[in-house]
Amino acid sequence: MDGNERISRLLLKQEVDEFLYYEADLLDARRYDDWLALLADDVRYWMPMRRNVKVDDLEREFTREGRDISWFDEGKQTLTRRVRQIQTGIHWAEEPVSRISHVISNIRLLEANPSWAEPAEVAVGCRFLVYRNRVETETDILVGKREDLLRRVEGELKITRRRILLDQNVLLSKNLTFFF
Amino acid sequence: MASTNTTGYRRGLVDLGKGQISREIFVNDEIYQEELERIFARAWLLVGHESQIPNPGDFFVSSMGEESVILCRDRAHKVHVFLNSCRHRGMKVCRYDEGNAAVLTCPYHGWSYSTDGRLVGVPYFREAYHGSLDRSRWGLAEVAQLCLYKGTVWASWDPAAPPFLEYLGDFLPYIDLTLDAWDGSDGGTEILSGIQKWRVPCNWKFPAENFSGDSYHNISHRSVDLAGIGPSGSGRRDMPELLMARKLHIAFPEHGHQTTSYLLPKEVALPPAYQHSSVVSEYFRECEEARRNKRGDWGRMIALVGEVFPNTAFLARQPRTLAAWHPRGAHETEVWRWFLVDRNAPAEVKDFLRQYYIRYSGPGGMTEQDDMENWNYAHAASRGTIARRYPYNYEQGTGTEIENYEWESFRVPGVVCDLTRAKSSEHNLRNLYRRWAEFMEADRWEELTSGRRLGRAEAAE
Ligand code: FES
Ligand SMILES: [Fe+2]
Repeated sequence: MDGNERISRLLLKQEVDEFLYYEADLLDARRYDDWLALLADDVRYWMPMRRNVKVDDLEREFTREGRDISWFDEGKQTLTRRVRQIQTGIHWAEEPVSRISHVISNIRLLEANPSWAEPAEVAVGCRFLVYRNRVETETDILVGKREDLLRRVEGELKITRRRILLDQNVLLSKNLTFFF
Repeated sequence: MASTNTTGYRRGLVDLGKGQISREIFVNDEIYQEELERIFARAWLLVGHESQIPNPGDFFVSSMGEESVILCRDRAHKVHVFLNSCRHRGMKVCRYDEGNAAVLTCPYHGWSYSTDGRLVGVPYFREAYHGSLDRSRWGLAEVAQLCLYKGTVWASWDPAAPPFLEYLGDFLPYIDLTLDAWDGSDGGTEILSGIQKWRVPCNWKFPAENFSGDSYHNISHRSVDLAGIGPSGSGRRDMPELLMARKLHIAFPEHGHQTTSYLLPKEVALPPAYQHSSVVSEYFRECEEARRNKRGDWGRMIALVGEVFPNTAFLARQPRTLAAWHPRGAHETEVWRWFLVDRNAPAEVKDFLRQYYIRYSGPGGMTEQDDMENWNYAHAASRGTIARRYPYNYEQGTGTEIENYEWESFRVPGVVCDLTRAKSSEHNLRNLYRRWAEFMEADRWEELTSGRRLGRAEAAE
C-alpha cells in the first residue's frame, strides 16, 4: 500500500466510523425513518441462530441465510413493516418505550472494492453491544459481531448487507423488538 | 352440562363451577415442584422430529420438563430418548445441540455409552473396579415409552401412561391437520432446519392457555394487524375463506387437549389467498382442492391453534409450527419451536413460508413479541401477597358447550363451543385447567383414564 492509498484508507475508516456511530444514534433516538433511509433498497439483514457443535463440525454452527430458520432474515420491506409496527404506539412489547443504547466498537475495514481510493463498496467488521432496559428493571444485554457491507450511492454510504452474529445459544431475551 | 362443574385440586384452586382459578397455580413454587412430579414426569411430551436424526448415530439434545434428554438413532436405526445425565456422577453427557457420534463419551471420568444407551466403556474397568462393575445395570436412563407419529417424536417417563395414540384419543385428527401436507397427504410435512429456543419470564401455563385457544386477545395483536405482514400485504394472515366458516372451540375433557378450528361450508368457491405470488397462490389453491377431495368432511376442517396436554402447542395453518413450553422454574419458560412445511412443495413456496414464519413467530416475530410482553407482566403482577388473593376469571362462555355439535352434516368430535356469533369463550382454557387439576390430584394413572372425571364424579354425588 503506497502513501496515497494509506491516506485514502484512513479517510475511509474515519467516514465509516462516523457513519456507524451516526446510525447507532438514530436507532437510540428512535429516528426510525431516518434509519431506514440509510438502508439500500436491496438490503439483506440477517441474524442466524447459533448451535453448540463440535469443533470439527463448525460449518453447522450457524443457521444458513436464505435457507434455514433464523432470528431475522429480512429485506427492506419487512424492516419497514417492523418500524411501522413500533410507530403504531400500541406495540405493547415496545410500549412504554424501551431505553436502548447501541455501543459499536472494534470497527475494522475488511475490504474495499474496487479500491481504497475509489470504494464503491466496503466491507466492515465490528462488535456490538445492545443494551435494553424497559419498564422498571427489565434488562437485556446482547453482544456479538457484525459484518456490514456498505455501498456508496450518490456519494452517501448505504447499508446493503448486515450479518448479525449474536453470542448466545438459547436467546436470553423474550423478544427482539429492536434493531442491531 | 358435564364439562362445567369441576372443583379441582386443593379445595378449589381450580373452581370451574365458578369459572375461577387461583393465581397460586401460576406463581407458587411448591405447586410448581408438584407439577414436575405429577405432570411432566407422567404425561406425553414432544421431544423432536425424526427428520432431525435421519442417520444412525445422529442425535439431537432436547428437553422434557426441566431436564435435558438425548434423542438419538442407534446403529440399528432405532430411535431412543435418554436422560442426558451420566449414571456415574451426573455429568451432562452431551453438551452439543446436535451432531453424530458412534459413542457418547462423558467428559468427566470418561464413561461411554453406545447410541442404544448401553454403558460400553469404563476407564480402568479391570484395575479400579476389579472387573466387577455390572455394566449392564448402568446404561443411560431411558424413557418408559416412546412414540413416533408422522415424523414427530413423543415420550413419557411413566410406564403406566396409556399409549400415545390412546392419550390423544379423538384429538388425533386435529393433530393431523398440522402434520399432514396441505393437500391432505399423510404426514407429508418436514421441518425447516433451525429450532428457535428462547426464554420468557412467565409460568409455562401462560403460553399453554394462549395456544389452547385464547380467542379473546385481539387487542394484543392490533399493532401487527395495522403494520400488515400478511402474505397479500395486509393484516396478519391470509384467510378470507374463514369469514364463511364456523369458528369453533373444540375440547376433549377426558384428555385435556383442545383446539380452535374453523369448519368450512360444504359447497363453496374459496376466495384466492397468498396473492403476492402466483406460484404460491396456485399451490395453495390446488392443495385446498385436493384435500377436500381426499378428506371429505375433514377436508373442511382448518385448525388454527391447539394444545396437546400439557405443554405441546401447534399452529396448523401458516405459520405451521410445533412448540414446547419447557418449564424453567415457576417463573420462567423456555420456548422451543419447530417450523413445518409441505415436503413436496415447490422451493418457492417453502422459501416464501420460511420468510413469513420468521416475521410472524418467535422472539423476532411481529405477532408473538406482544404475546410475550403480556405473559411476562401478567405473571409478574400476579406474584404479590395481595395479588394472590384474587383469582383469575375464566367464566367466559360458561354453559354454551355442546356435546354433539354438528354443522352441515358433519358431526365434530369433541365438546364444542361455537364462537361464530359469540366471538370468544374460555371453554378451551377451562378444559386445560380441568385436566391440570386432575393430574395434580390423581395418584395413579388409572384415576386419569377411568373416564370418571372430577366434574362428573362430583356432579353425581
Ligand atoms: S460423571 Fe460421567 S464418568 Fe463420571
Ligand atoms: Fe397471540
